[in-house]
Amino acid sequence: MAFSAFATGTAQEQAPRRKSKIALLLLLPGILYLMLFFLVPLVSLVITSFQEPIPFGDFGEFQTAFKWENYVEVVDTYGAHILRSFGYAILATIFALLFSYPLAYFIGVKARRWPLLQNLMLVLVIAPFFISFLLRTLAWKSILSDESFVITSLKALSLMAPDAHFTGTGAAVVFGLTYNFIPFMTLPLYSALERLDTRLLEAGSDLYSTPATTFFKVTVPLSMTGIVSGVLLTFIPAAGDYINASRDFLGGTGTAMIGNVIESNFLVTLNYPVAAALSIILMAVILVMVTVYVKRSGTEDLL
Amino acid sequence: MTLQEGRAISKAITAPKPPRRKASRIGFGDWILPIYALIAFVFLLIPIAYTFVFSFNNSVKSNIVWREFTFDKWLNVCDQIDVCVAFGNSLVIGVTATIAATVLGTMIAIALVRYRFKFRAGISLLLFLPMATPEVVLGAGLAAEFLSAGVQKGMATVIIAHTMFCVSFVVVTVKARVSTLDPALEEAGRDLYGSPAQVFWRITFPLLLPGIIAAALLSFALSFDDFIITNFNAGTLSTFPKYIYISAARGIPAEANVIASAVFILAIVLVLTAQISSAMRRKRLAKVN
Repeated sequence: MAFSAFATGTAQEQAPRRKSKIALLLLLPGILYLMLFFLVPLVSLVITSFQEPIPFGDFGEFQTAFKWENYVEVVDTYGAHILRSFGYAILATIFALLFSYPLAYFIGVKARRWPLLQNLMLVLVIAPFFISFLLRTLAWKSILSDESFVITSLKALSLMAPDAHFTGTGAAVVFGLTYNFIPFMTLPLYSALERLDTRLLEAGSDLYSTPATTFFKVTVPLSMTGIVSGVLLTFIPAAGDYINASRDFLGGTGTAMIGNVIESNFLVTLNYPVAAALSIILMAVILVMVTVYVKRSGTEDLL
Repeated sequence: MTLQEGRAISKAITAPKPPRRKASRIGFGDWILPIYALIAFVFLLIPIAYTFVFSFNNSVKSNIVWREFTFDKWLNVCDQIDVCVAFGNSLVIGVTATIAATVLGTMIAIALVRYRFKFRAGISLLLFLPMATPEVVLGAGLAAEFLSAGVQKGMATVIIAHTMFCVSFVVVTVKARVSTLDPALEEAGRDLYGSPAQVFWRITFPLLLPGIIAAALLSFALSFDDFIITNFNAGTLSTFPKYIYISAARGIPAEANVIASAVFILAIVLVLTAQISSAMRRKRLAKVN
C-alpha cells in the first residue's frame, strides 16, 4: 500500500490463525460502513451521471435514464477545465518533488547523527497541517497581493512588469497547490531516504562515479518507493482541489479547475448529472494515471 | 538498478563496518543543504507566522491591512459569535467522527494482521480506494446518495462523511502497530489461563494504544481541517473551515486567526512534548543498556 510509507517498525513474522468467525465480527462493521458510504455513493454518482431532466420538472429535478450524451456534453463544455486540472496538478507535483527531495535528503540522511533534531525538523515539515488549509492559502493571497511588499519590490526591481498580477493567475494556483501539498511529498521521501544505506554512496564514489551519477544510479532508485508514494499523495488531492483555484483564494477568471466546476454544478446550479459525470471522469483518469505510473516506475508492490 | 537489486546489495554489504570517513575540511558543498533546509523551513512557516501576527490586528471588518496591535481579539474571541459556533461544531464533529473511525478502523486492522479470511484482496482494495479518491468525488458521491435517499443534510451527514474517510487512515496507522506486536505475549497470556477478553484488554489493547492514539489524532486533524467533503454534505451547518470559505469573499475576522493560531499552538505543544519525552526515554534506555 502506498501509504505504508508513513509507518515504520519491524514486522514480526506472524502466521495468521484461522478463526474466521472472530475475523468476520471484527471486519463486518467497518467493511459494511465503507460499502454503504463509499461504494454505494460511487454507484449513485454513476447513476446520477446518466440522469436526464424531468420534462417540465422543477429546477434541479432529474429522473433516472441512460443519457450517455451527458459525458459527451461535459467533455465538450469542460474539456479545457479537465486538461487544466491535470496540467496544474502535474506542475505542482513536479515542483513539490523538486522542493522536497533536498529537504528530505537533508533530514533523512545528513541529519542522522542527531535524532532529536531530525524529529524537530519533521515537526516543522508538518507544521502547516496544524493551521487551517484555507487560512494558510488566504495568507499567501495577502502576502502576494498586488499591494504587498513582495510584489511591489519585485516590480520596483523590474523583475515583474508594472501592470502584472500574481494572484488570480494560473501561476498563483500552481504555487498554492505546491505549497499546500509539500508535506505529503516530503514525509514519504523522508521515510524512504531515512533507510538509505550511505555506504552504497561511498561504494559508488569508490568505483569512480561522479556524485551526479551516484545520485541518479543509486540514491534515486533506492528512494523510488518514497518518490512514488509522494507523487501519488500530492497529485491526487491536487487534481481534485478547488480551494486554490477559487476566485476568493489564489485563482481568478480562467483558472477554474475540475473541482470548481463540480462544486458549482452540484451546489449552486443544481446540475447534478454534469457534476456526477465530471466526478466519474476525474476518478477514472486518476485511476488510469496512477496504475500506469505505478507500473512504469516498477513499484507495483506499493499498492 | 531496480529497487530489489538495490535492497539485495544493501543486505549483502553488512559486515564488516567500513571505517567512517573523516571530513578533512568543511567545504562549500557541505553548507548548501543546511542553508537550503533553513530557507525551506522559513518558506513553510511564512503563512503560519502571517496568520498568527494578524490575530493581534485591531481590524474592523476585514483583516487585510495592519492597523494596530491588540490583545482584544484573543480575549474576546466569541464576540464574533459565528466563529465560535462554527468552531464548536467542528469540535463535536471531529470528536464523534474520530471515535467512530478509530473503533471501526482498529477492529479491521487487528483482523487484517491476525486472521486469514477470504476476499482479503478485495477488502484491501476497499480500504485503499478511499485514500486514492479525490475528496471532491467522495463529497459529491455521498451528497448524491443522500439526495436520492432524501436525507436532510446536517451535522449527522457530516459525521458520517468524516468517519468514512478517516477509517482507512486509522487502519493503515494501527496496522503498522499490530504487525510489530509479538504474538508470543498474547500466547503467554492464554497459557496463564487468561480469557480471550482478558488477553485482549490487558495485553493486546495496552500494547496497541500508542498506535490507536496516533490514529485518533490523525483522524481528528483530518476531520477538523476538512472542507471539501464537508462543503458537499453540510447543508446549512457551519464548520470552522466552511465559515472561512464563506467569509473569504468579504474578509475574515481576526477572531478566526485567533482560533486557528490557538489550535496550532496546542497541536505543536502536544507534538513537541511527545517528541521530547520519547527522546528522553530513549536516552534513559541507552543508559540502562
